[in-house]
Amino acid sequence: MKDLIHTAFERTRFRRAVWDNAMVYVLSLCAIGILLILFVILAHLFVQGVSSLNFNFFTHLPKPVGEKGGGMANAIAGTLTLLGLAVLVGVPIGLGAGVYLSEYAHLKFAHTVRFMADVMNGVPSIVYGIFAYIVCVLPMKSFSALSGGFALGIMMIPMISRTSEQFVRMVPSQLREAGLALGIPQWRVIVDIVVPSALAGITTGIMVSLARVAGETAPLLFTAFGNRYWQHSLTQPIAALPLQVFSYAISPFDDWHRQAWAGAIVLILMVLMINGWAQFYVMRRSRWSAGK
Amino acid sequence: MSSAQGSIKVKDLNFYYGDLHALKNISLIVEPRQIVAMIGPSGCGKSTLIRVFNRMNDLIPATRVEGEILVDGVDIYDKNMDVVSLRRRVGMVFQKSTPFPKSIYDNIAYGLRIVGIKDHRILNETVEKSLRRAALWDEVKDILGKSAMSLSGGQQQRLCIARAIAVDPEIILMDEPCSALDPIATARIEELMGTLKDEYTIVVVTHNMQQAARVSDKTAFLMHGQIIEYTKTTDFFTKPSNKITEDYITGRFG
Repeated sequence: MKDLIHTAFERTRFRRAVWDNAMVYVLSLCAIGILLILFVILAHLFVQGVSSLNFNFFTHLPKPVGEKGGGMANAIAGTLTLLGLAVLVGVPIGLGAGVYLSEYAHLKFAHTVRFMADVMNGVPSIVYGIFAYIVCVLPMKSFSALSGGFALGIMMIPMISRTSEQFVRMVPSQLREAGLALGIPQWRVIVDIVVPSALAGITTGIMVSLARVAGETAPLLFTAFGNRYWQHSLTQPIAALPLQVFSYAISPFDDWHRQAWAGAIVLILMVLMINGWAQFYVMRRSRWSAGK
Repeated sequence: MSSAQGSIKVKDLNFYYGDLHALKNISLIVEPRQIVAMIGPSGCGKSTLIRVFNRMNDLIPATRVEGEILVDGVDIYDKNMDVVSLRRRVGMVFQKSTPFPKSIYDNIAYGLRIVGIKDHRILNETVEKSLRRAALWDEVKDILGKSAMSLSGGQQQRLCIARAIAVDPEIILMDEPCSALDPIATARIEELMGTLKDEYTIVVVTHNMQQAARVSDKTAFLMHGQIIEYTKTTDFFTKPSNKITEDYITGRFG
């Protein structure tokens, strides 16, 4: 019996080794695939757009058709404005909902809201645009930066609430008890102790959601609308990089195509920079916390 | 400063987690400025009992309390009881040290700032006094701005004691305060408890019978949610009146 098992092991030894190695290769290829896709996209963007990336691109308005040069300064400023507005809408509500679900809500209610948030995450972004069009643009009778920021902001809410809830929930309950045992009212414990403890995760969640909405074009089509000039007020249509990239990319002019590529590069760089800054801030803070 | 306050009087306490009858007909008196140790096997209800004294169990859903628990003669489960102010008078130190994600200074000043004390002189004084009282001052006086997480486990636990003292309580509850510490850090905490009892009443839960014997004036032995014996510590360990107590302290079970 013992021999039988032993020979069976021996017999399949080669086959097992092959499978073992094969699986490692297949999985590592999948991982390399991720890098490859990202690399190809970035390389393509760079090759196509780098010739249009110059000082003027960051400082000048778009030129009329046929004229060479010009830039996307207004779209860069517009995207930053829209993201700022989106943060104002998305972060307080998303974070507040996340904290409520983790700290106060009945489990069943939290479960329901979480499910709804997942559904919201799956709603096509153009639907948010239509929603913002109905509740903002129509009453205000104008496309505007505000409505664009609103559309992006409500897109951020479910993402932020999901991640915030998750990270706030992970804060050890002893820490809450320690605060309460000191005679600190619960809301202060949450604001001063629980949320700061989860800040690294919360910030990452906000950054991921910000990065996602930064590139959204569809919700801006009927809200921010786009603008070839500087906007002077939040109640006017505003330029945005994704919109500008979109309209240049579908144009018939080679020069505009190149500028569209350049716009895409800038958009990616902007997202990377915001992310990098947030990571740096979180890292510095957590290093301080850990006492280094 | 606390006057001769800090007494706890428990009469016919019954406590339930849902259907689980966790504490049964508990009656005991803790006198001011004494150290009372609670010992007993895991799950006997000793932690649940001290968490009744600052109403920490309120946080756990589906719990129920019956009986009378008086702190300084006031029924703390009365409808009009302000739990926040109760907890200011009855501080608590936990098994795992729980520094807040703040600087050493802010960990201690926090409890004062929250009630609106902003005067830097008062804050500085209280921080220093509390840290001295918790025998931590000399080790941290030059690094008050550093994160409390950077301290060692024993230092963190003393910081938590200093933090509890800072809001000037009458009673300090300690839930296995040394079980995560090495023997040297444990000795420091025990020494500290000895000096604190001239100002505070201390109720300490411990798994360590030697610790109970070393630090406490009275010892309560709990099993299955009941008090088996509650008497002067010297008598408790030398001439226990109950057979179960004797078996437990001689290591026959538990």
